[in-house]
Amino acid sequence: MRIVFKTDYMQDIRPWKDGFQLRLYLLLLFVVAAAPFALDDFYLGELTNVLIWAIAGLGLMILTGHTGQVSLGHAAFLAFGCYANVALIEAGVPFLVAFPLAGILTGIAGVTVAVPALRLHGIYLAIFTMALSILMDDIIVLSEPITGGVAGKYIGGFDIFGLTVDRWGTPDLFYWLVLYVTVLVTLGYINLLRAPLGRSFIAVRDSEVSAQAMGIDIARTKMISFALSCAVTGWAGALMGLFAGAFNNETFSVLISIQLLMMIVIGGLGSIHGAFLGAIVIGFLPQFLSISKEYVGAIFGGNTVAIPGLEFGIFGMILIGFILFEPMGIYGRWLKIRTWFELFPFYRKDMFKRQKSYLKTERLR
Amino acid sequence: MSLLEFENVTLKFGGLTAVDNLSFEVQQGEVFAIVGPNGAGKSTVFNLISRFYDPFSGSIRFDGHDLLQAKPSGVAAFGVARTFQNIELFEHATVLQNLLVGRHRHRKTNLISELLFTPAVRRQELENREKVEQIIDFLDLQAYRDKLISGLPYGVRKVVEVARALATDPKLLLLDEPASGLSVEETTDMRWWIDDIRRQMGITVLMVEHDMGLVSGVSDRVLAMADGAKLALGPPADVQSHPAVIEAYLGKAS
Repeated sequence: MRIVFKTDYMQDIRPWKDGFQLRLYLLLLFVVAAAPFALDDFYLGELTNVLIWAIAGLGLMILTGHTGQVSLGHAAFLAFGCYANVALIEAGVPFLVAFPLAGILTGIAGVTVAVPALRLHGIYLAIFTMALSILMDDIIVLSEPITGGVAGKYIGGFDIFGLTVDRWGTPDLFYWLVLYVTVLVTLGYINLLRAPLGRSFIAVRDSEVSAQAMGIDIARTKMISFALSCAVTGWAGALMGLFAGAFNNETFSVLISIQLLMMIVIGGLGSIHGAFLGAIVIGFLPQFLSISKEYVGAIFGGNTVAIPGLEFGIFGMILIGFILFEPMGIYGRWLKIRTWFELFPFYRKDMFKRQKSYLKTERLR
Repeated sequence: MSLLEFENVTLKFGGLTAVDNLSFEVQQGEVFAIVGPNGAGKSTVFNLISRFYDPFSGSIRFDGHDLLQAKPSGVAAFGVARTFQNIELFEHATVLQNLLVGRHRHRKTNLISELLFTPAVRRQELENREKVEQIIDFLDLQAYRDKLISGLPYGVRKVVEVARALATDPKLLLLDEPASGLSVEETTDMRWWIDDIRRQMGITVLMVEHDMGLVSGVSDRVLAMADGAKLALGPPADVQSHPAVIEAYLGKAS
């Protein structure tokens, strides 16, 4: 166990605890950045997919994990970001302008949606946003001139500083682009959490009455949270579109929304790590299933034909397991293990216990 | 000089009159207590000051401002801070984060500068931290600084809530039953702290409390209420022996 003696306020304001932790994260960044040299195109593609899901997870984490507003509508914002990006590129806007703009436009769309959503809490907000997700399907079909309707859209490579970035042609360049966006979003998120705005999000999540008494404007704070969340989700959607290459009205279905929400629950609500851990589970689960299916088939002599819905079935079971046994997600479990070692032998079982009063606040109103 | 003025304030919930034509003034620098049996409208008075309810009639003035013009989130900006009867802390945040939320009304930076964490944000954070550290010292919370609220015992939470209110740098501190659920020792501590808050920090305190020991020990004036109306107002000893107050608590002698 490392004990850090604090002698300076900056030690709490800095994002890292000490030099050792900083070096660990820099090492991780270095390893991830060097991945294209070690991995073949297939696994690099998988890793890219995980990072894109992590960005989307970070987007939803702002709103659900830190501001406490459940959203089942984030597939709609993924779609918005995706179509906005492609529409702008097709209109001749260079990628370096189109991509940031796609996120900002999605953020503005999010604020528009937030205005009626501000009055809703808990399950009603979930229903409202889910309706949004379902509606998006029809909106895409109806606005065919921009979105291509049911036929969908195709997008190939695009240029950045004269370099052609293409998911298939130059997967390493595409991977670095995604990694760059991931790092920027994560750094912004870390800054947010150590600044007054991030704390006001947490305040709104945990107790609206006392947040108000501390001078936090609830409606404004939720609106900003929606805007940031949707902007980040829009960027994830834009990258998802570029990664998929082809998409139509059914690509971003309500199932994607649910998957996204489940992902951050499994990873651990209310932490940046949770978004990444959840994305790793979601991203690698299909691969893991197809590999294990061969082994299962070999042992029991069954066929290896794809079973429809298997992925969602297993996924659902994992989710139920987490909600029953570890509501704090993978990151919460890691915190418990770490605390156990740090405090050994003084760890108490109820150290991370949730209070009952947690349930009686505005959450289910 | 009076800091807070209630003038003929009436609040009705449907047919029930929660606060009935209530008038009182809280002077700068005093500890003012409100007592009364359950349902007398004590906490409602607090919620009126916090602007959670709109009064039916009457006016509430604070420090020369018309409080009724303010939004619920705007009350803190005038320098009014409060605690809650059933502790309302941010459960999944540390004590330090809770107190830093208290500094929110002094926020000068905006979204963009905070996302980039510019030197201005850093300076503001250091300033906030220093203020918060003074309050942690004042209320002896050093041991709990980095603990999550959800793991803290009840008595400590009560103190953290007072600390969070003090972190806003208020002119008027509203304490809603600061001693409820505390042990005898903790109540004694709370009594000295309230005294220190008034004497050292110069903050006016308005509190609702049932513990008459605490009330008579620390407060300069007491307002006794029953059924939303004023029964008696004056020094603690006078109010305690006032016939109408005794009747409200014990009933009429037959």
